[in-house]
Amino acid sequence: MAQTKTRRPPRIGEAPVFRITLIAIVLVFVALVIVAPLAVIGVEAFSKGIAYFGKTIANSDTRHAIMMTALTALIAVPINTAFGVAAAWAITKFDFPGRRLLLIVIEIPFSVSPIVAGVAYMFVYGLQGLFGEALQSADVKILFALPGIVLASMFVTAPFVARELIPLMQAQGRDLEEAATSLGASGWRTFFSVTLPNIKWALLYGIILCNSRVMGEFGAVSVVSGNIRGQTNTLPLHIELLYHDYNAVGAFAAASILAALAVVTLIAKVALERRGAGRVRRPTLAGPSPTSPETKQ
Amino acid sequence: MARRILPGLPLTLGITLVYVAIIVVLPLGALVFKAASLGPEDYWRIVSSERAVASYRITLLCALAATLFNLVFGLALAWIIVRYRFPGRRFVDALVDLPFALPTAVAGIALTTLFASNGWFGAPLAAIGIKVAYTPLGIIIAMAFTSLPFIVRTVQPVLEELDPALEEAGQTLGASDLEIFLRVILPQLAPSLLAGLSLSFARSLGEFGAIIFIAGNQPFDTEITALLAFIRLEEYDYPASAAIASVMLIAAFTMLAVTNLLQARALRYTVKG
Repeated sequence: MAQTKTRRPPRIGEAPVFRITLIAIVLVFVALVIVAPLAVIGVEAFSKGIAYFGKTIANSDTRHAIMMTALTALIAVPINTAFGVAAAWAITKFDFPGRRLLLIVIEIPFSVSPIVAGVAYMFVYGLQGLFGEALQSADVKILFALPGIVLASMFVTAPFVARELIPLMQAQGRDLEEAATSLGASGWRTFFSVTLPNIKWALLYGIILCNSRVMGEFGAVSVVSGNIRGQTNTLPLHIELLYHDYNAVGAFAAASILAALAVVTLIAKVALERRGAGRVRRPTLAGPSPTSPETKQ
Repeated sequence: MARRILPGLPLTLGITLVYVAIIVVLPLGALVFKAASLGPEDYWRIVSSERAVASYRITLLCALAATLFNLVFGLALAWIIVRYRFPGRRFVDALVDLPFALPTAVAGIALTTLFASNGWFGAPLAAIGIKVAYTPLGIIIAMAFTSLPFIVRTVQPVLEELDPALEEAGQTLGASDLEIFLRVILPQLAPSLLAGLSLSFARSLGEFGAIIFIAGNQPFDTEITALLAFIRLEEYDYPASAAIASVMLIAAFTMLAVTNLLQARALRYTVKG
């Protein structure tokens, strides 16, 4: 492919009229479909002024919802990260029967509707569920409480860290780790001094995407949380509650926090992609593992 | 099998299996168990009830429409990002992921406000007699928004690596640009397009948060299947909720298998042997 860079081959769609028209049409659609929803959040959130916005955010229910969301992320994201790293290590550093099946199972939450996930959790921990009666007699609350919210969040984000690490660690192979251990390094030492430096950006990339999803999850959490105002409402659920209370400004003020988080996530994502994270082409499902990182640049 | 000299298999595989068992397999197993314990007659009665069937029809048709919109728009978006240089190109490239980054509830209230009859888009559309919010059109828009990145992101890398020599050959042989697009480029993109389509369609089938705000949620008219499963649960009708959720689970696994197949095919075209 190297010699193609020296002269520009003729390609279709280069006629200026066509090119400019197509770019213009697509950009108008981007503005309508992607930019407008983001813009409307900001406009609505501040439609009654900054003071009112501040007051809404400072409302105790909203503050509580923010705390719930932060707490959920603080528990779910680290556990998920540990799982993702462990899964990637097991799957890429060893051969064992059932590897491909394991890969598929890890990816399942990605294709299951969050509502189905929430309903499924009801049948484990709900009164109608497998452990419902046992939990009740032991007086342990999982559903309609923080543990249920954390579990549902962990379900929907289960693949996030693992699927960033697995293709990358597969492509990097085992040689470096094998060299380190044969020189006498312990497993932990090998991981922290050899593997981690090679995967740090991809790991951070996975963590950021995971965090963004945990903080924004609505469907699954909506089923298991019970929607108790000031108790089990996370920020996305609180937005729904305010919106249905005809408090649109309040809903958009709360939504603007999550929208800001989305924008920060996108910026971090682009910055990490420049460092090579997220660029190993991944067949999201358990296809043959890619060994060719993108060749561009 | 290769010699194992690296440590950590028992620990990491143990963590992985425990996590997967508790977080993924146990709940889905419980759901299947619950649905299966209904017995074939009750199960069939619930999943083939008029209201459920109406919700499948609405969900499927809207997902289909949203996916077709994304096919055209997503391909055009990937095309201009890859093939043209214009100011703001990188910005647009980054914006493509916004629908994934924006929480669905946030997207839901934003789209509803835009398309409500007094909204930025809803008002002019209402003036020409088109109602979007609280109609199936609203569902389509919410689905299209949340699944847009799939097609762009699956087609983009393939579009980047197309061999210009093939286009050149077409031009030398006197084909028009349209002919080259349809007969040279599109066949090369087809596997990745199909994979993107199936991902986008699957996501639309399961979407909930973005839709319920804009849909109106009238049974038989604008009620999606995910909402029906949710409503049955809220009504404490657990068997019905389990049965309907199991239908969605079957649909999800079917789409997973289809996507898997299509992606394996797409890879055959992109990974150079």
